[in-house]
Amino acid sequence: MKRGAHEGSARTLAVIGAGPAGLAAALAAAVRGSRVTLIDAGAQAGGQFYRQPAEELGARRPQALHHQWRTWERLRDGLAAQIATGRITHLTDHHVWCVERLDETSGFLVHTLHGPAQEEPSVVRADAVILATGAYEKVLPFPGWTLPGVITAGGAQAMLKGGLVLQGRTAVVAGTGPLLLPVAAGLAAAGAEVAALVESAGAKSVARHARTLSAHPDKLVEGAGYVAELMRRRVRLKARHTVVEAHGDGTLEAVTIAALDREGRVAPGSEQVVRCDTLAVGHGLLPHTDLAETLGCRLEGPAVAVDDEQRTDIHAVWAAGEATGVGGAALSLAEGHIAGCSAAARLAGRPRAWEAAAKSRARSREFIASLDAVFAPRAHWAEQVTDDTVVCRCEEVPASAIREAVGELGATDARTVKLLTRAGMGWCQGRVCGPAVAGLAGCELQPTKRPFARPVPLGVLARAGEDLPDE
Amino acid sequence: MTSKRTPLDLVRAEPGPAHTATFDGAQIAVLPGQTVAAALWSAGVTAWRTTRGTGEPRGVFCGIGVCFDCLVTVNGRPNQRACLVRAEPGDDIRTQHGTGHDDAAEGEGP
Ligand SMILES: Cc1cc2nc3c(=O)[nH]c(=O)nc-3n(C[C@H](O)[C@H](O)[C@H](O)COP(=O)(O)OP(=O)(O)OC[C@H]3O[C@@H](n4cnc5c(N)ncnc54)[C@H](O)[C@@H]3O)c2cc1C
Ligand code: FES
Repeated sequence: MKRGAHEGSARTLAVIGAGPAGLAAALAAAVRGSRVTLIDAGAQAGGQFYRQPAEELGARRPQALHHQWRTWERLRDGLAAQIATGRITHLTDHHVWCVERLDETSGFLVHTLHGPAQEEPSVVRADAVILATGAYEKVLPFPGWTLPGVITAGGAQAMLKGGLVLQGRTAVVAGTGPLLLPVAAGLAAAGAEVAALVESAGAKSVARHARTLSAHPDKLVEGAGYVAELMRRRVRLKARHTVVEAHGDGTLEAVTIAALDREGRVAPGSEQVVRCDTLAVGHGLLPHTDLAETLGCRLEGPAVAVDDEQRTDIHAVWAAGEATGVGGAALSLAEGHIAGCSAAARLAGRPRAWEAAAKSRARSREFIASLDAVFAPRAHWAEQVTDDTVVCRCEEVPASAIREAVGELGATDARTVKLLTRAGMGWCQGRVCGPAVAGLAGCELQPTKRPFARPVPLGVLARAGEDLPDE
Repeated sequence: MTSKRTPLDLVRAEPGPAHTATFDGAQIAVLPGQTVAAALWSAGVTAWRTTRGTGEPRGVFCGIGVCFDCLVTVNGRPNQRACLVRAEPGDDIRTQHGTGHDDAAEGEGP
């Protein structure tokens, strides 16, 4: 399998993202003889699922905040071994702002920014690229969601796993989706008082998918483990409930939660106030697709479209993990492995084999499809969004402006709403308000063409053409 | 007791000695390796920015560099994402008003 003599001339692969998908891809490709540059914005490999505390924090049992630690150890040790042989170069703290495609034969230039202020540019040349950029959290607005103290569920998890910090003492975890369980369990284990876990899906919708779900006992056992842990810590589990409002004067002091009726509307009179200083809220995840979009890759809904080998429709560009659709760490690992095998095989012209990973991918995808059906954000969420609720957090655009753009000015798509209201024109480029604007305007969430995946200093842009690749 | 349990205990952390930075002039203790956001949370601060339009307070929202709600001024440089930037010894961290540029700090943004 190895090809020592040709090491120097092996074709190079850039893997962007060092989460489960990117790590699996980089390892699979390196083991099969490719030279890999693994590029990630984080200071350490791991991505979201395997986010590690900063080394200087000296955590002796980081696994206390993790699941599937053995898998992480395998990935971590595999990466160290491949770095030692020189097959993988790992660029940490490198934010990729653009992947430039030269032409069919000369490959790609991956433009990055690094340094504490992310202003030092560098360029990596590669013959092929695997995009493993993961996902970010979707949050639908409600009155009070801009108060400090309200954070995304994954954000609470990221701050806990990476910085070993909690925001306050008393938390409510709310929204919908399987991520809420580990977040609530993690916060509780780390010393927060979790006053309630508020999930808008109901037990009935779980029952409706019981058959597919029960074909995946490992996943159910994991979920049941979280539930048992939460019950042991006396966390109130409120299914078919929602947060309708966050209250506080300058900072979060309480939330109002309410029961939902069968249609997903708030049941009148069911409201109750829960005191808390942290609300960790999430309504699912959205794939990170900006690099794929600038490369011209076809999207399917909100995700990068790929074939059986995880190839995008752009030559020599693969995508894996949650960039191609949200489905959890196990699916990301399987997709990453397949992408890495496929890329290495195609770069070297070798036979390929990844049946085991393909099976695991198929099983995970089936499971995810039923999870998606169980945990769709509740219907009628928009009814609780009052006119003065800020929808675009960056540009401070209230719901009334979006309703006016649609109702009075006749906007029928998110782009027009954006032009009329400035929703989505701020720093985050509509990543946060996109789903809410689409939902309030009654149109589909469209991929927005963003020129760059990261804000780029003007000086770097001006010099971009002159930069020569590092290698 | 449970109320005293901390994330550091949970993972049996043995961090290096804390260093000092300042937030709006007041000293705060920072554990090595923590981001500005983590350091501020540890110091009990959850808001360090006011918005350009209505002057509302904001802090961390997404925690992973996507939302830009956590913008802060560090050593005179505005618009740093507190959830990504590491806090270094002696850092002068300041609440960011509006765009973080003094001329636009009061009243209307550009
Ligand atoms: C905030 C957050 C917390 C989560 N926590 C959990 C959890 O605790 N448990 C759980 O089961 N699931 C969690 N998830 C779900 C998680 O996304 C997946 O299960 C899993 O991590 C996906 O793997 P991935 O490799 O596809 O992406 P990720 O793990 O997200 O990895 C993507 C990597 O790409 C890097 N990246 C992205 N864009 C760029 C760029 N332009 N330049 C350089 N680097 C880039 C990121 O820094 C990241 O390291 C979380 C999701 C989010 C958004
Ligand atoms: S909290 Fe979202 S960018 Fe820092």
